[in-house]
Amino acid sequence: MSLRDALRIPSAEITDEAVYMDRRRIVAALGLSPVLALSGCAEAEPPPPPRTRVAPAALRSGFSTAEPRTTYQDITTYNNFYEFGTGKADPSRARKTLRASPWSVRVGGHCAKPGRVPLETLLAGLTPTERVYRLRCVEGWSMVIPWLGVPLADVLKKFGPTSKAKFVAFTTLADRAQMPGIAWPSIDWPYREGLRIDEAMHPLAFLVTGLYGKALPQQNGAPLRLAVPWKYGFKSIKSIVAIDFVEKRPETSWNDLQPSEYGFFSNVNPDVDHPRWSQKTERRIAGTGSKLFADRIPTRMFNGYGEQVASMYAGLDLRKWF
Amino acid sequence: MVLKVAGAARGLVAAKTLVHLLCLAPAAWLGWRIWLEFSTGDGGLGADPVAAIEHELGIWALRLLLATLAITPLRHWTGQTVLLRFRRMLGLYAFAYATLHLTAYLVLDLRGYWAQVFEDIAERPYITVGMAAWLLLVPLALTSTKAAIRALGRNWARLHKLVYAIAVLAVLHFWWLVKSDIREPLLYAAILAVLLGWRAWHAWRRRVPRPRAA
Repeated sequence: MSLRDALRIPSAEITDEAVYMDRRRIVAALGLSPVLALSGCAEAEPPPPPRTRVAPAALRSGFSTAEPRTTYQDITTYNNFYEFGTGKADPSRARKTLRASPWSVRVGGHCAKPGRVPLETLLAGLTPTERVYRLRCVEGWSMVIPWLGVPLADVLKKFGPTSKAKFVAFTTLADRAQMPGIAWPSIDWPYREGLRIDEAMHPLAFLVTGLYGKALPQQNGAPLRLAVPWKYGFKSIKSIVAIDFVEKRPETSWNDLQPSEYGFFSNVNPDVDHPRWSQKTERRIAGTGSKLFADRIPTRMFNGYGEQVASMYAGLDLRKWF
Repeated sequence: MVLKVAGAARGLVAAKTLVHLLCLAPAAWLGWRIWLEFSTGDGGLGADPVAAIEHELGIWALRLLLATLAITPLRHWTGQTVLLRFRRMLGLYAFAYATLHLTAYLVLDLRGYWAQVFEDIAERPYITVGMAAWLLLVPLALTSTKAAIRALGRNWARLHKLVYAIAVLAVLHFWWLVKSDIREPLLYAAILAVLLGWRAWHAWRRRVPRPRAA
């Protein structure tokens, strides 16, 4: 299946031109929301998303960036995967302990066809394609990564989510025998992440099965992980063993650990700093040259995917719902 | 007698040389890897060498600072007053590593985003305390000469009590930048607590008047 085929969107779903032309104003408005929102009361649930669609051409432009790529070596030796230890090199050293095959995923919650399915069944009928996405870590560094995978929506739709499915919750494997880092409770295991249903169904949300045209290495979340490029890296959960369609916002690991520092949405946003460090700029780890003088570049709203995703957050105060 | 003194002096020179080498070793090892990184693109410093360099320089500054603070308790414990002859050099090496750490942050990490320095210092608590720790080290380094010690008299000891505050700030600086795994900063905090706790206990014990022998 070519990219073009994958993008056949019913005409009814294409954004009305007026709305589409308005997107820049929406993006501008989002970036300028005032600080006073911080004094607002904390609501448990974010407001429901607006119903909007983005033009296919605009969407497609987000599928691949021409920026210099991060080397395979760097992508596979500099990882945050606390199940294997909290050092950046720990996951690559422990990669031999994680058995990525056979693998199955339990799908549950508000859907027509719940159950445990082997990975092969989960991906049956879908052809992996390449997406070159920017990955911005909440710690202030970024990479450009050629993932191999399928749109998350294509997989989720197989299970027939019902109207009660307002969010999708994901769970990482937590097996002490395979993951030495589990011995230390740096996180309340298992690692959990979640997306609002419209985010999960967004064409940019990607279910990754490979890297640089090869099978996904263990340290990068084999055999199945998310790539949600407009959000901080920790939202892109690794080694997924469970997917649940839920009605209420699910608990997510980092948000659970420190809600003032890691929001549920965690959209990349240079205007909302991490309470302890700035998010205005990032160090780009890319290319084959010496990284001793790696570029520090400005961080972009939604990690540069505003054109594709900003409309999902129209009217949402992004300082409050960070 | 003369021979014995000369022998002890030679021993001290040898010991000081050894400590100098030990203190310089981490910088030399890091320097070698930076050179490899620069010349071959791979010095084993990982995908983000800038962060690795900052971390390594910072951790050695902290280790040497704690080593400086360990001298006095060790002297009391072992009775070896000669240990005091090493305190200044350890302190100055701590300052040197802290200065290199700060330089790496300014030159390699911020890379021209100079305005961010002021924002970082003002708004990021971990950078605020890190910067404060370095700034407080400066007067201590400047007054480490024999002449300064003589000139300041009793005030020298008072001024150099700042090192306790500096050590606390340095540990906080480390603690506050860690995302969730606090084991390593906790270890340094525990060592510092022992070193400062010993001093508090020692001061308290000396204040309590001992019953006189009949």
